[in-house]
Amino acid sequence: MNRIGSVLLGLASALAYGLLYAPVVVMVLFSFNAPRGRFNLVWQGFTLENWRQPLRDAALSEAFLTSLGLALAATLLAVLLGGLMALALERARFRGRRSIELLLALPLTNPEIVLATALLNLFVGVDLPRGPLTLLLSHSLFCLSYAALTLKAQLAGFDSTLELAAQDLGAPPLQAFRRVTLPLLVPGLLAAALLSFSLSFDDYVVSSFTAGEIVTLPLYLAGAFQREISPQIQVLSSLVLLVSAALLALASPFRQGRP
Amino acid sequence: MRRQPTPWREPRRPGGQRRLWPLWLLAPGLLWLLGLYVLPLLALVPLSLSQPLSRFGLETVFTGRVANYLEVLQAYGPILARSGGYAVVATALGLLLAYPLACVIRFRGGRWQPLLIGLVVLPSLSSYLVRAIAWTSLLGDQGPVLALVSALGLTGPLDALGVLRDGRLLNTATAVIIGLTNNLLPFLVLPLVVAMERIDPRLLEAAADLHAAPWRCFAQVVWPLSRPGLAAGILLSLIPAAGDLVNPLILGGPNERMIANTIENLLLVQMQAPRAAALTLVLMALITVAVLLQLRGRGLEELPLP
Repeated sequence: MNRIGSVLLGLASALAYGLLYAPVVVMVLFSFNAPRGRFNLVWQGFTLENWRQPLRDAALSEAFLTSLGLALAATLLAVLLGGLMALALERARFRGRRSIELLLALPLTNPEIVLATALLNLFVGVDLPRGPLTLLLSHSLFCLSYAALTLKAQLAGFDSTLELAAQDLGAPPLQAFRRVTLPLLVPGLLAAALLSFSLSFDDYVVSSFTAGEIVTLPLYLAGAFQREISPQIQVLSSLVLLVSAALLALASPFRQGRP
Repeated sequence: MRRQPTPWREPRRPGGQRRLWPLWLLAPGLLWLLGLYVLPLLALVPLSLSQPLSRFGLETVFTGRVANYLEVLQAYGPILARSGGYAVVATALGLLLAYPLACVIRFRGGRWQPLLIGLVVLPSLSSYLVRAIAWTSLLGDQGPVLALVSALGLTGPLDALGVLRDGRLLNTATAVIIGLTNNLLPFLVLPLVVAMERIDPRLLEAAADLHAAPWRCFAQVVWPLSRPGLAAGILLSLIPAAGDLVNPLILGGPNERMIANTIENLLLVQMQAPRAAALTLVLMALITVAVLLQLRGRGLEELPLP
């Protein structure tokens, strides 16, 4: 009985990892494919050629850089605004704290398509032409909730008597914040930034409604699916995965106790 | 697990004096949330009761046209039902894999636990569009999945069951559901692992000491205590799955379009902003009802972050 249970558990887990990694393995594998024709979707033969020229596909590289810049800017904005909100929510007493926390969690309870529709109609309504600005506003908004809630959890978790001690020892509030609170916040900031960055970098739904003429990487990929799938797509995606894995490995020691 | 210290809060001041600093810290973020989320959502209500001014622009005029809702429900009711159906099937399939995996990570993981959790998170850091495109290679006519199916002689039976369509997998509901399941798996596993982390190992030891069979130990200790994680995981999977745009676009055909594809088409192709707004509000209402039913009085903070 016990043994059958163990076997079943192991089998289901192996299937789960298999399902999670099947497309990832295919992605990495096809970065080494030498495709015939425009669509790198059928295995033909092994080559290293694609990795020698990861930026050969100019339109793809441009979309990649656009997404990189957008994700960095959106992350900066979201972590800044979210960090300030988290600080106020965790450290101050005031009426309406619960309602603001609810407001922060609200965007997480609806699919992205709802936000996308609302934002597009807002931009049309106030006559703001869709482009870099509308993209940045939209991305910083959906990252804001995640950043603020992650940082709030981090602030709630650490020993705040340290801040009191700094103040007792005569440190002015700003200095106490800079020397004590900020260093303790670093793991949370890192986690919030990573989360925001990956959300923005990978966003398709909101971008497709608010980008106008700008082509982000996911928008380019969706278009490429109709036109041409160059192997550089898989090369760049594999590179992103490699960097993500490294960052995840670096960040995980900081996040112990909060999986 | 380490006990969490009580966070320090600004002490109450005598005489009910309030300092203004929290307001200044909150102001920019609140401006964002109100201006870019609450306001545009509220603005969808009058928009959903309007009519387009022309066939080529998104300009509208308010006419109080309630018929938009009836028309939308009539025309897209089946697509709404389909989206809900795909999301439920994908979540159910995901649970069949995620629950055992969470058990293995929590109870058999040992010192490998952080690595096993990291391996669950990692795939979601790669582009979900590229993953959907990779599925087209796996599920395509020359792909390994169909080769395996035909080698096992299952093409006929699976075709009869409706899993395949004319011996193909791409552009079927099966392909869309596989893509959705792949995307939502981490959102099921992580809350379950968090909930199981909270189970005191002494409870399991006590059950074993009292000669409870493993299955009773599971049924009376692990299962009831993992319920909060189960509820959170189901919500975190169902919501994005029901509103997914990418998997039906890439893995499905015209018969597998989901509600997000319909809204996108209404808004960006047909330029029917009022109907798109009405459909969005219907979707939002349905999901809000589902969330409220699922939470039943518990707060939103029950939702763990990914």
